[in-house]
Amino acid sequence: MIIGEGKPLKEILAMIENHSKIILAGCRGCVTVCSAGGEKEVGILSSALSLARQTQGKGITIREVTIERQCDPEYLEQIRSIVDEHEAIVSIACGAGVQFLAETYRKTPIYPGINTNFIGVTQEQGVWTERCQACGDCKLHLTGGICPITRCAKSLFNGPCGGSSKGKCEVNPETDCGWQMVYDRFKELGCLDRLEVIIPINNWTTSRDGGPRRIIREDLKL
Amino acid sequence: MTSDSPLEKILVGGGFAVTSECGPPRGADAEVIKKKGTLLKGVVDAVNVTDNQTSVVRMSSLSSCVILKQMGIEPTLQMVTRDRNRIAIQSDILGAAALGIHNILCLSGDHQKFGDHPTAKNVYDMDSIHLIQTVKHMRDEGKFLGGDEIKGVPRLFIGAAENPFADPFESRVVRLAKKIAAGVQFIQTQCIFNLDRFKTWMGQVRDRGLHEKVYILGGVTPMKSIGMANYMKNMVPGMDVPDELINRIKGVDKDKRGEEGIKIAVETINELKAIEGVRGVHIMAIEWEEMVPRIAEAAGLLPRPQVA
Repeated sequence: MIIGEGKPLKEILAMIENHSKIILAGCRGCVTVCSAGGEKEVGILSSALSLARQTQGKGITIREVTIERQCDPEYLEQIRSIVDEHEAIVSIACGAGVQFLAETYRKTPIYPGINTNFIGVTQEQGVWTERCQACGDCKLHLTGGICPITRCAKSLFNGPCGGSSKGKCEVNPETDCGWQMVYDRFKELGCLDRLEVIIPINNWTTSRDGGPRRIIREDLKL
Repeated sequence: MTSDSPLEKILVGGGFAVTSECGPPRGADAEVIKKKGTLLKGVVDAVNVTDNQTSVVRMSSLSSCVILKQMGIEPTLQMVTRDRNRIAIQSDILGAAALGIHNILCLSGDHQKFGDHPTAKNVYDMDSIHLIQTVKHMRDEGKFLGGDEIKGVPRLFIGAAENPFADPFESRVVRLAKKIAAGVQFIQTQCIFNLDRFKTWMGQVRDRGLHEKVYILGGVTPMKSIGMANYMKNMVPGMDVPDELINRIKGVDKDKRGEEGIKIAVETINELKAIEGVRGVHIMAIEWEEMVPRIAEAAGLLPRPQVA
């Protein structure tokens, strides 16, 4: 899923400084699962913002909503009736949701209330870690199910580099070396010979470098 | 011969090569390079010029190479893939060849986190193995990666680094084999302080016959002080400094520790000379270039052969 994390309250307060009536919009998708932008977080952030504004001596009216998914147009439509009554929307969905809201409600300023961090997993309760950079050309079959683009700080296709030490990455001693993991995995699978294969220079056109990406499924279009 | 490199000529001719390196200054003062070059001239066969090592911004490697070249010193252009994409890399390769550079060392480079611009974005359009393939492709196929023909093919002697002391140890010889398959011709290793581990690695290299496919130059760095030894041991990832070495330096008077460092470096070179498959040494006297002539002399590496 997409993992996000709340922005500092101060930053959000600065964004809405000149507004006195806003919508705070959560999302029931990924950000609910990673406890960054669901209904619960809407409630918490709303209270925090109200309290902070009261302290500043300029109260604020906040309408709390949590949209099923901010990345689907039909769900965004569900708040149309209340948008015009408000000066701005703070969205605590991922960056896709924030942008889609802005596209849908062109006359209303939209502000991001969280940072969108990565595509990852729940490592353990309260800990999320990155797994995928959405390069658009999956190579996990070549590297034992461990993504070198994501898990190696240098995105090396033929690691490990000279900074791999005792299983850790030189960039952060708390980060596992991606290529040590590839090595261990190949060893476990009894196919260490696969480490010998040179993975060729990458074609990045399927990645962000090709510009904003689009998928069209003719079989699904109406 | 694949290039006009005197270093290649010496190695192909069976000679024991000696290289060193010099780090460019953090400014536009050419005199700094010239001063370091003067210390190394005639003492080594080629001088590596680092490419923004440890991700700290310095004068460009290519410019510094040209300054050395003008002094009659044979430079080796170090190039990292951290800061350039394939367009810039191929462009710089052409420029280097046009400026008379004969040797290139292909590296991935230190992560920007370690440098003076940790908020920078790294590139890594390719890794060091791809860089080796790129230089070889341009030189041997006469084509750009994109497929177009190159008019004026760059003739470069292709090198890379290898760190026998990084982990996982068993993968290090595999990585060397991959670099050889990619087209590397010479290897300069990470600083060797743990000779036992280096010898084990060389055994693996010989078992696979790799020593006959690439010229391996062992990396040697003199320890200037106990502070430096501890720093190398604890702060530099992938560096293997055994306690015995630290204790040996500690065991002598404070003002004689540099001398002891030089002595150890000379002993290391003499040991390396005796290892089958080691075809030279790469002396990295970090900000201590003035000691390279002494080390080379004491290790019986002088005079250097004259090749034109």
